[in-house]
Amino acid sequence: MKTYEQINDRIASGKAVVLTADEIMDYVDKKGLEAAAKEVDIVTTATFGPMCSSGCFLNFGHSKPRIRMSEAWIADVLVYTGLAAVDVYLGCTELRHGDPANMYPPGEFRYGGGHVIEDLVAGKTLQLFALSYGTDCYPLREIRTYFTIDDLNQAIMVNPRNCYQNYNVAINRSDRTIYTYMGRLDPHQKNGNYCSAGQLSPLLNDPYYETIGVGTRVWLAGAHGHVYAEGTQHAGGVGRTPDGVPTGGSGTLALTGDMKQMRKEFVRGVSFSGYGVSLALGIGIPIPILNEEVLRRTCVRDRDILAPVVDYGSDYPQNTGNVICHVNYEQLRTGQIQVHDETVEVGSLSSYYKALEVANLLADEIRRGEFLLAAPITPLRRDTKMKPLVKREPPR
Amino acid sequence: MNDDTVTKKLMFYFPRCECDKPIVYHLVKDHHLIVNIYRAKVTPEEEGYLVLDVTGTEQAIQGAIDFVKTFNVTVNYSGKGVALDEERCSHCGYCIPYCPPGALKISDCATRKVAYNESECIECLACIRICPFGACTSAF
Repeated sequence: MKTYEQINDRIASGKAVVLTADEIMDYVDKKGLEAAAKEVDIVTTATFGPMCSSGCFLNFGHSKPRIRMSEAWIADVLVYTGLAAVDVYLGCTELRHGDPANMYPPGEFRYGGGHVIEDLVAGKTLQLFALSYGTDCYPLREIRTYFTIDDLNQAIMVNPRNCYQNYNVAINRSDRTIYTYMGRLDPHQKNGNYCSAGQLSPLLNDPYYETIGVGTRVWLAGAHGHVYAEGTQHAGGVGRTPDGVPTGGSGTLALTGDMKQMRKEFVRGVSFSGYGVSLALGIGIPIPILNEEVLRRTCVRDRDILAPVVDYGSDYPQNTGNVICHVNYEQLRTGQIQVHDETVEVGSLSSYYKALEVANLLADEIRRGEFLLAAPITPLRRDTKMKPLVKREPPR
Repeated sequence: MNDDTVTKKLMFYFPRCECDKPIVYHLVKDHHLIVNIYRAKVTPEEEGYLVLDVTGTEQAIQGAIDFVKTFNVTVNYSGKGVALDEERCSHCGYCIPYCPPGALKISDCATRKVAYNESECIECLACIRICPFGACTSAF
């Protein structure tokens, strides 16, 4: 048994033993669970993938004369101004003004909020254009100026939902090609896409949320951020394997971090043909090896993780809840899965390569004593289910 | 076909279009090359691009290139009609099932790094529309 304080003392003295979730299984197989639990202090987990529920709060400071922005655009991407005078919220799925979207399908969606966030972190100069109705205290009615992230007082990323614990494998059994947030899906289940770092993914290594909770310090694209709440659509009360691995989408995390500390290679705007824009982020979460059970759960392998195969040609858009079958991540990693005796070629939207890079970068920071753990202040709920949106008649 | 024949993927860039001249005909007829054209384009600015495989002896291919160069052509020997920007690529592997010849594939099962073998690329351009990160680009 170890405590957070003991592990942090070992980190601070540069003596912490850190392995990645990619390395720990073989290590435990070699050393045995009991010996490894005594020896290993931390297992680093990570993920790198698109997460549409991402955005940031920015504060511009005040112009002379002052303005209370009532409408604003950064690089022609609309930002939300229903906040204090020069605070705005930029969402990663917002399209650039004038983007034809899917008017001539499939649209290209070349630039949007996710790309603005990438450009901000990369230090590029961007245009701010803002309008106002004018007030006695904020008389300026219009401003057009150019800025970089260094000019901002704050640039705080918020991900109301990230690190989805397991996710669908999307296929398309309809007669036409469809364009989805899970990529292009060709008809008659010609191909499929999945999106998880599998055995490296944070919540798949801590399936019962024993160490990851509200307050946990995380590595968010290079910044030291934290979990600020359970993620939106968090549903801990789902079906699980005997080892606790959820067999579908379940837990999620809400993350925040300072964009000024982020690294551009882990903050990437993405464009999905026929669907829209989003943001891909690199996230690393350390799991303190408090006891043997925590260690045992970090030894999850791709073959232990079952993902539901869902028809995005019908069942997903109609929200029927049907699952065609389950496949494991070892099968997905081969690039082919079997769905009702038919071979389906599959690709990944989540980058294992980048996730591995993050897991190693975080492990190195911990070994150097630069990243201390924070114990959760509130655990994530394990009994919640996803509620649907019900279409009701107006109340009498 | 002789044992000393080789196949090379080439890209020709014509700064000024030479559409009125049957260049490929001469490659076949005068230089005895087997030609497989992947992609050809004349831009509105009247530049010309041609990506092709040529099969023949080293000597015949060199002779053909010397002939083509008389048209003020730039020859790209690596056949990079389609390029992968290593900095933009996130190595997710989303592109792989959409690449018909398998020019994009996982090069290392442990790290799942994506590699692009341009000599296997048939220039279908599927990857360019597919890549969410804009990592694949066409020279024309």
